[in-house]
Amino acid sequence: MNSVVKVLSIVGWTGMVTARSVAYFPSVLVRRTSRQALFTHLYQTGIRTLPVITVVSLFTGMILALQVGLELRRFNQEVYLGAAVMMSLIREMAPFSCGLCLAACVGSAIAAEIGTMKVNEEIAALEVMAIPPMRFLAAPRILALVVMAPLIAFYCCIIGTVGGGIVGHTQLGVDFRQYMASAMSIAENKDLAVGLFKALVFGLVIGSVSVAEGFRTKMGAMGVGRATQHSVIASFLMILMFGYMITRMCYR
Amino acid sequence: MSEIVFDSVAKSFGGEKVLDGVSFSVEKGEIFSIVGPSGTGKSVTLKHIAGLISPDSGTVSVGSRKIGYLFQGGALMAWLTVAENVALPLVETTSLPEKEIDDRVRAALSAVGLLDAADKYPEEISGGMRKRAGLACSLVRETDIVLYDEPTSGLDPVTAASINRLIVALNRERGVTSVVVTHDLESALAMSSRVMLLKNARILECAPPEEFLKSTDPAVMEFIAAAKGVLP
Ligand SMILES: Nc1ncnc2c1ncn2[C@@H]1O[C@H](COP(=O)(O)OP(=O)(O)OP(=O)(O)O)[C@@H](O)[C@H]1O
Ligand SMILES: [Mg+2]
Repeated sequence: MNSVVKVLSIVGWTGMVTARSVAYFPSVLVRRTSRQALFTHLYQTGIRTLPVITVVSLFTGMILALQVGLELRRFNQEVYLGAAVMMSLIREMAPFSCGLCLAACVGSAIAAEIGTMKVNEEIAALEVMAIPPMRFLAAPRILALVVMAPLIAFYCCIIGTVGGGIVGHTQLGVDFRQYMASAMSIAENKDLAVGLFKALVFGLVIGSVSVAEGFRTKMGAMGVGRATQHSVIASFLMILMFGYMITRMCYR
Repeated sequence: MSEIVFDSVAKSFGGEKVLDGVSFSVEKGEIFSIVGPSGTGKSVTLKHIAGLISPDSGTVSVGSRKIGYLFQGGALMAWLTVAENVALPLVETTSLPEKEIDDRVRAALSAVGLLDAADKYPEEISGGMRKRAGLACSLVRETDIVLYDEPTSGLDPVTAASINRLIVALNRERGVTSVVVTHDLESALAMSSRVMLLKNARILECAPPEEFLKSTDPAVMEFIAAAKGVLP
């Protein structure tokens, strides 16, 4: 019973953080200093994570191609390899692996940074100076994730498809051009839109969860460690749940 | 006229009473010091004044919302330089032109003797410099009240003395109401108009320095003796 109340209060708090931060999005774009902060975070979120994202999405595509390709070969249907890989990537795997990478690389850093600021009384200092921490700290970080996540998911999709093509060409004897033609034939605007929307929601969820965990931090270095851990776990769970719900909503 | 009034304020954390029916008032323009053993709720008292926490029962009324707070660690933003930190409250909460902000920041930094460190990051300066930078942050805002949480602890005597002089100067020149939490009874007695001793969640003594020293309460006498380094 007690833990139910606790979970509900955390969910409520995270929801409030989300609402308050989203309400500050316009002012992040309007205020010069907030815009500068936004660019810094866009860079941190989008560019600094590119190496990891590239490797993850390349291997995601390669694994998909190998698994699906071996099955397709049993039925002599390798021509559809591109379509199968593209379909999985664009609908599920690209937003999913993008979300996992962002939670691990960016969300954890946000929770640790804000948690440390909380422990060092820097959040309290902002409040005393009448600077709303939600505007100053939360909004630019969350907005950067919301903007970057769909772009990164799109990038994942491209790199993953290429990775699948390489495996198809080298391991399964599928001509690369034929593979790409098959991939492009299946790619629909709706799938792309849903995939990118999913990534956008993941960005919002990861940002809010991490910021909320950071602000909840108590008790020194141990608390910061715990906040970081919780932010990653909660982001992973949320990515899975929201991923399912959006799929359920958009395809039936 | 009272600027800050505590009326039987009580506060507990997890069942442990940190403040237990504390009542006192701070007059406009005075330097009011709070002393006492570690963990008796001195910082918690300051946080009540700043509105960062609210009492479980009783009331806290504060005459002005323009409050500066010097935190125990300085509380600077790690990714901003000292000058940017000092400029932060002006940049974020006012629409002053850049030139005006620059001038005010320079004035505040020179008041705390940090002009040379203006472009350094908090990580690159010493603890004492961080405290002075924190002080500059409340200087630029021209607050009516400044709360100091152990402004001199962990500093060498020379730096400590310079911070104490700053506190007094700020009070004399601008009439800033100052509440100072300190472990340094000596300087508290030297610069304050009143000194309050907190112990076990209660006020043991609250009086002007001369009277404070003459207190007959055994616990107060013990504290004074300990502060003077007299062994029992
Ligand atoms: N946010 C909080 N949550 C839980 N307990 C707290 C909190 N803030 C303070 N306390 C507890 O209240 C008590 C008093 O803390 P406070 O920081 O006011 O002490 P202090 O008098 O400032 O001591 P010091 O001289 O060491 O700074 C401590 O036992 C502390 O554990
Ligand atoms: Mg304290």
